[in-house]
Amino acid sequence: MTKHHIHQATFSWRQLGREALKESVYKLDPRKQIRNPVMFVVYIGAILVLAIGLDDLLRAHWSMAGFALAIDFWLWLTVFFANFSEALAEGQGKAQAASLRQARREVTAKRLREARRGAPWEEVAGATLRPGDLVVVEAGDAIPADGEAILGVASVDESAITGESAPVIRESGGDRSAVTGGTRILSDWLVVKITSAPGETFLDRMIRMVESAARRKTPNEIALAVLLVLLTIVFLVVTVTMYPFSWYSVHYAQHTGQVISTTVLVALLVCLIPTTIGALLPAIGIAGIMRLLQANVVAKSGRAIEAAGDADILFLDKTGTITYGNRQAAAFYPVPGVMEEDLADAARLSSLSDETPEGKSIVVLAEKRFPEHREALSGNARWVPFTAETRMSGVDEKGTSWRKGAPDAIKAWVKEKGGDWPETVGGDLEHIAGSGATPLVVALDGCVLGVVELKDIVKSGIKKRFGELRKMGIRTVMVTGDNPLTAAAIAAEAGVDDFLAEAKPEAKLARIRDYHDEGHMVAMTGDGTNDAPALAQADVAVCMASGTQAAREAANMVDLDSDPTKLLEIVRIGKQLLMTRGSLTTFSIANDVAKYFAIIPAAFVSTYPQLQALNIMQLSSPEHAILAAVIFNALVIPFLIPLALKGVKYRAVAAQALLRRNLFIYGLGGIIAPFIGIKLIDLILAWL
Amino acid sequence: MNAVFLLTAMVLSIAVLLAWPLGGYMAQIFSGSPSWAFRILAPVENGFYRLAGVDPRTGMSWKRYALLWLLFNMIGGVFLFLLLLLQKDLPLNPQHFSDVPAPSAFNTAASFISNTDWQDYSGESTMSYLSQMLGMAVQSFLSAASGIALAVAMIRGFSRAEKEDIGNVWVDLTRSTLYLLIPLSLLWALFLVEQGAIQNFAAYVHAHLIQPFGENGKAVTEQIIAMGPVASQEAIKLLGTNGGGFFGANSAHPFENPTALTDFFQMVAIFLIPFALAVYFGHEVKDRRQGWAVLAAMILLFTPLALLSEKADLAGNLQLAALHVDQAHKPALAGGGNMEGVEDRFGAAGSALFGAMATATSTGAANSAYDSFMPLSGMVNLFLMQLGEVTPGGVGTGLASMLAFAVIAVFLGGLMIGRTPEFLGKKIESYEIKMASFAILIMPLLVLIGTAVAVSTPGGREAVLNPGPHGFSEIFYALTSAANNNGSALGGLDANTTFYNIITGLCILLNRYLAYLPLLAMAGSLARKKRISAGAGTLQTASPLFIGLLIGVVLLVGALNFIPALALGPVAEQLAPPPPSAPILAH
Repeated sequence: MTKHHIHQATFSWRQLGREALKESVYKLDPRKQIRNPVMFVVYIGAILVLAIGLDDLLRAHWSMAGFALAIDFWLWLTVFFANFSEALAEGQGKAQAASLRQARREVTAKRLREARRGAPWEEVAGATLRPGDLVVVEAGDAIPADGEAILGVASVDESAITGESAPVIRESGGDRSAVTGGTRILSDWLVVKITSAPGETFLDRMIRMVESAARRKTPNEIALAVLLVLLTIVFLVVTVTMYPFSWYSVHYAQHTGQVISTTVLVALLVCLIPTTIGALLPAIGIAGIMRLLQANVVAKSGRAIEAAGDADILFLDKTGTITYGNRQAAAFYPVPGVMEEDLADAARLSSLSDETPEGKSIVVLAEKRFPEHREALSGNARWVPFTAETRMSGVDEKGTSWRKGAPDAIKAWVKEKGGDWPETVGGDLEHIAGSGATPLVVALDGCVLGVVELKDIVKSGIKKRFGELRKMGIRTVMVTGDNPLTAAAIAAEAGVDDFLAEAKPEAKLARIRDYHDEGHMVAMTGDGTNDAPALAQADVAVCMASGTQAAREAANMVDLDSDPTKLLEIVRIGKQLLMTRGSLTTFSIANDVAKYFAIIPAAFVSTYPQLQALNIMQLSSPEHAILAAVIFNALVIPFLIPLALKGVKYRAVAAQALLRRNLFIYGLGGIIAPFIGIKLIDLILAWL
Repeated sequence: MNAVFLLTAMVLSIAVLLAWPLGGYMAQIFSGSPSWAFRILAPVENGFYRLAGVDPRTGMSWKRYALLWLLFNMIGGVFLFLLLLLQKDLPLNPQHFSDVPAPSAFNTAASFISNTDWQDYSGESTMSYLSQMLGMAVQSFLSAASGIALAVAMIRGFSRAEKEDIGNVWVDLTRSTLYLLIPLSLLWALFLVEQGAIQNFAAYVHAHLIQPFGENGKAVTEQIIAMGPVASQEAIKLLGTNGGGFFGANSAHPFENPTALTDFFQMVAIFLIPFALAVYFGHEVKDRRQGWAVLAAMILLFTPLALLSEKADLAGNLQLAALHVDQAHKPALAGGGNMEGVEDRFGAAGSALFGAMATATSTGAANSAYDSFMPLSGMVNLFLMQLGEVTPGGVGTGLASMLAFAVIAVFLGGLMIGRTPEFLGKKIESYEIKMASFAILIMPLLVLIGTAVAVSTPGGREAVLNPGPHGFSEIFYALTSAANNNGSALGGLDANTTFYNIITGLCILLNRYLAYLPLLAMAGSLARKKRISAGAGTLQTASPLFIGLLIGVVLLVGALNFIPALALGPVAEQLAPPPPSAPILAH
């Protein structure tokens, strides 16, 4: 099986960079700039200082013009860097969307008159299909739109969506019936009932999601933007009122010095307003969605990603997430009076048609223990499949029923058939369940033959991972169809905080509601139609790409890899997104302290020479001090672009430790870093 | 300096010790849980409700709460305005003071209904006893109760979940006054009278001087000593963080603040209710540590600044040192230091501490002349106001503003740990951020724009009596004081001009009635929200780390805005080169 991440295959950083450079120039259009109010202030300031510089040139005030134009050059660079960071992130999205769009070729569909393979069909354009239309898709055809297989079974290449090159089986009925427009049938055929309206297919929505990543703001992003805009307004007033203050000080208080110039005021304003976070905010949001895409998860909204960071309860399916999913039959426990051979025989017969790994392992164990018993079922044997409701499976043949299943289900079945429930089974069940294994009771008509022990293998390293989650305040709930005893044993072995045993869809839904009432945020994965209500209820609902249409509709994220452990990754990405915003905001605001120390003495020293004492960085001259602050302010943006795109470093530690770390790096660091940076730039300016 | 530490520590710790039980008592009275106080005062309280036709059990949405709160204050303002305008012909005016001119009456009314108590007048030469008692003293109670109601309603936003109402404004106002302010003021006034404060309706006393002296060629043989119902107003002046003194000299006047003991307890009284409100907050949200955490942030912000102010004033004045004035620390000099404008009953450090406390709350009272403080000490006063009156701030308003800062801190902290921010189980979303930011950022806008207008207009400049950066400081201080509803004055500025009466009056009203309504809106929004359970992934808002973050946010978001203006005022003044030493004068 080869696996490629569509995203990484489609672009190179160099090409993206070139595209982003071009795009950053286009973004200088004021209509585009105004979308980012903080940077728009810089933009207006840059225009203003340019006018001042040109005016000075015309009046031949060479040194003033030089200073104004030098400041102006860096103001434009500040705007440019902000555009560049956004364009770079958007470029990633565009590359992604382009690769998806390739999958959305114009296809023709064979529309059926009725739901029958051989029914007459007409050829229509795929884009004209409406929900409810029936189409037949045969080997080599592309599936024209999202739908549900209602007849047939086929192997489908879904690599256009998932990046997974191994074909998957789609068949009518059950949890593997959903098909996605743009995927291709490799063999056999399907009759598909279309479920999506034109332009509303899964692929369309994925493309839209990726393309519009920049435009839709998430709740936290909006809150942050509000704060940044209000801070900008206040700093605007702070700098504008500095003019009358300075004017009064020069003309009335001290009668010496020069009134602060507009160039210096604009420079101070740009330094004070939160340009760093203002410039990087769009890129951070897009980068979060891109990181999720790199993990092969498509979020239906940015809101879902933020919610992922908030989830404090994870519903994890035991099978596939916590255990390897292939429970193996380990031993037979016959009831007294029954030979182990007979039990093995019955267990084998009841499992011959069972395609689940458990069923197969029972056959394997029986044949290993008693190689001479290998008879097949007769042609008129009827396979009774497992369902979540009956919780047993088996075979009916010539009036005889073989069943294997959950103890209480078999007990009910045996009772119903008028048989007895032998007391000794209880001991075996307890023994097996107590050791973390799963007991399956095997019965023949009304008679219990014994118990099969199915052993679950807990994934290595999963306990440590849950420990980390616990430290972060995230509780894990293992969801399993097992009985409570078995569940408890596995839960203990895997280190989950809680478990939901004998879980039926309603029980899952009820449990999620309980957690909601207690004020928790729940994340879960699911794929089956019966998961849909719980998925709709959960705050973060991840659906497997292989899931049914109903599950996909109910979920707010789709995992293209159909990997049950992905939830942990999604939570990490969600948290990282918020952390990056918070950390860079703190950094941006903390930077102001040093900028004041650079600019205030420089701005007022002509009136009050004693303010030179505030020049604690010992900057070489007032002009250099102001220029150095502006240059630092501009350069810090490209310097932080990689951080904005990659996200701040994430560790699975408690909130308190995380806050301490980030406050130390971005808060304290945000205060100290500009002192060093501005001093260094000043040294270079002085040397030039 | 040891005595300075000791004094500061004693005042703070006694205030905390008294606030501790008082906060618990407030939790009882505002939640209506059983208390001995109800047994005594409930009949009176219910009598008021019956009289006014109010049903105390009905809750109010934040909009209704805010509207009635505004209306209540407005009616109080109009009443006070008219009372002052018509004072001449009203009773209890033994000195026959004339009507207060309209600009001054407007300014005074705005100032007293808003708990500012900026006084452009001297009480003993302007106000009749009726104006003082029915006007100033009554509004001192009501404005304090209004402030407390704000905090109580806001705290309910956090303590309630999925509720539409944030309480009943009439109940909150009545209980603040009846159960809290009146009993405490009674005790206080009695203590003050015992210590020598006066309480009478007598005409002013003419005392014959033992040593008559000549001034401007005229022999001065007698002194007029102002009388009046002082103690009753003095008590609420401090307990309600009002600061509006009976006399122009405020707490430096021996009839207002007779002894060193009363001075000490005046300081305790200033901090008592703001501290107790923080404790009450902890009770009400069922997380006492949260209350202590907020209180700790307030004290940690206040204490270093107060000590700096005391130290700067105690270090003495370089200008006086150049003139060889003895500023040594000895008992005869009441502790030494910069004694200009200082009552020698209280000393330089004691005055600086009082100043810091009066500006860190919205009190604005004074027991010395702030204009004569060392520039650094004066800057501490300014800065404590510019922090947004949160250390611990005025009764109610201080805690409310601090909680607004806490919301911003929670927002940044929450994002930094990768969670949608939540505070006390309530999600902080864009609406809360908007409201908290409005509440915090209106004040800097008023101060900066107000000062800019004042320095740019002749009316603003002409009132300045001092040259240099000190003159700028005086204007800056006046607007800062008004826009923070503090009411203290640097002096040196002729504030009783039409220009200043109007601009400070406007700043007072705009801050009081614009900055706190967003907080009520936030309370309404919070009360509607569901409570989210806390876990190891939740930001702990009662931890030392969060206290540090909160302090950082107060300093960075609140105070950073004033650095340029401070540089042109007190900083330039403090850093000015010392004058050359003068030759020693021969006696």
